[in-house]
Amino acid sequence: MLLNADEWQALRLSLEVALWSLLWNLPVATAVAWLLVRRRFPGRTLLDAFVHLPLVLPPVLTGYLLLVLFGARGPIGGWLQRVFGIHLIFTTAGTVLAVAVMTLPLMVRAIRLTLEGIDAGLEEAARTLGAGPVDRFFSITLPLMLPGILAGAVTAFAAGLGEFGAVITFVSNIPGITRTLPLALYTALQTPNGDATAARLAITSFTLGLAGLVLSEWLSRTLRRQLGRGIA
Amino acid sequence: MLEVAVRKQRGDFLCEVAFTSATPGVTALFGRSGCGKTTTVHMIAGLLRPDRGHIRIDGTVLFDAAQGIDIAAEERGIGYVFQDSRLFPHLSVRDNLRYGERRARRRPHHLRFDDVVELLGLAALLARRTAGLSGGERQRVAIGRALLAQPRLLLLDEPLAALDGARRGELLPYLEGLRDHFSLPMVFVSHQFEEVLRLAGHVVVMENGRVADHGDVVAMSQSPALRAIIGTESLGAVVEGVTGEIDAASGLAQIQVGNGQLLVEAGDLRRGQRVRVQLLARDLILAIAPPAGLSVRNSLAGIITRLEPDGGRAWLVFTDIGGTTLMVRVTEDARGALALTVGQRAWVLVKTVSLRGHVFSGPASA
Repeated sequence: MLLNADEWQALRLSLEVALWSLLWNLPVATAVAWLLVRRRFPGRTLLDAFVHLPLVLPPVLTGYLLLVLFGARGPIGGWLQRVFGIHLIFTTAGTVLAVAVMTLPLMVRAIRLTLEGIDAGLEEAARTLGAGPVDRFFSITLPLMLPGILAGAVTAFAAGLGEFGAVITFVSNIPGITRTLPLALYTALQTPNGDATAARLAITSFTLGLAGLVLSEWLSRTLRRQLGRGIA
Repeated sequence: MLEVAVRKQRGDFLCEVAFTSATPGVTALFGRSGCGKTTTVHMIAGLLRPDRGHIRIDGTVLFDAAQGIDIAAEERGIGYVFQDSRLFPHLSVRDNLRYGERRARRRPHHLRFDDVVELLGLAALLARRTAGLSGGERQRVAIGRALLAQPRLLLLDEPLAALDGARRGELLPYLEGLRDHFSLPMVFVSHQFEEVLRLAGHVVVMENGRVADHGDVVAMSQSPALRAIIGTESLGAVVEGVTGEIDAASGLAQIQVGNGQLLVEAGDLRRGQRVRVQLLARDLILAIAPPAGLSVRNSLAGIITRLEPDGGRAWLVFTDIGGTTLMVRVTEDARGALALTVGQRAWVLVKTVSLRGHVFSGPASA
């Protein structure tokens, strides 16, 4: 199955956007999951709810909220523009932000689940062996979280390829800049004689999503075996 | 010298513990489950912050509420062997052992990797992952890992509790080896007096978050606080002595105890070894005249120093056999018939087989 130039562009952009949002989310999701599981602090429930909001809100609403916050006159967007000259509206960077916000809860949930299964006693043991907080995190906690992080990353990447509502609301549908696979698919469906393009894009999306799920499952199982089933 | 005087309120439970013990030496924290033993060692390790008090070891202040000193657990240099091993599942046995060693660069290395591996019999396990290890192997690795972090004090929180009887018997000699080979102070949590008897010099008896009594093993074996915990059936005076003649033909070893001699099954004993023996009060027989014509081989002459009621219809007769006191349990009936009184001469009879003896080459008391 061959894609034409526009379709390739949409696919490339989708991969690029999903990858950047993934790289951004990896440390953020790991930190958030760790905070939620291992720390008790005021506002913990609030943070939990805030991170998970995109899962329950209509994506269009999330996009709209992003527009309000990160738009040229929004409190954060305006500041970013003044201080750093960063524009998010109608840009690929904005697309990355929208996808990152939408996929963060998926990663946080996967990492959190793994972290909850890790005995905090292991970190205590590391303390008595002379490991400080940062050392403990990198030598014990992070390696044991790895299965969750990888599984979450693959799922989030696959979901990121398909993010539609928040993206089209926040950064619109600009070919080569914000038109990712699902936006291209939507556009094709709205266009007379776009059936062939739509079909090819649909099959591409479907294959990528399925591959992501299978890979995620396989990764998490392999890693868990590697750890010797070993959170004992 | 290890000095602990701490107080910690946890919900309804108040843990208020104070004791000192000599270093090096093995101190046992003994008591029922939930009496505050683990809470206490957690505070010594720095994993739990006391509300007030102080913890010092050999002049170094680890914690002092009044002075605002609270050294972080990772800086204390105190090894901790947890009840549940807590081996790192993503590391091999070798990397588990090396974990603390690598992080102890600033401390002088007294305990060498090869020595620890040999003492604990870990050579064959080094390349393995921790998941497939047996309970006893896991605890040995945990002990080795703690040792190689070059601690100034080793805490062992019921290291044998998760093991079945046979495994427990396998691990005990390793702990004895630890005590005898490395002059490392240890604090050892237990609710089995048998373990305390074999390992400890100093015993802190705990009850409801407080120290009920403390002293050397010999003194504590006769403590009412200990009796309240272990019950009268396993009560027995601990005596210490040095092995003398060993008769190869009969397989019996002589131990000088007080003014008399005990014959015990020689087993692996060698002449000149320090031995600790527990004589269970229920196994001993008291005579008020020199015994004759009995099959009993051990007869120790002494003077009754104290009589205490023990439960409903029994008495504990404390008999001094020359600087060493034994406890004999007699029935109310026997006490009356023999008219036992303090100051009376008496002979304590011990069947050879009823001795619980073993080699103890560490310090007799701390």
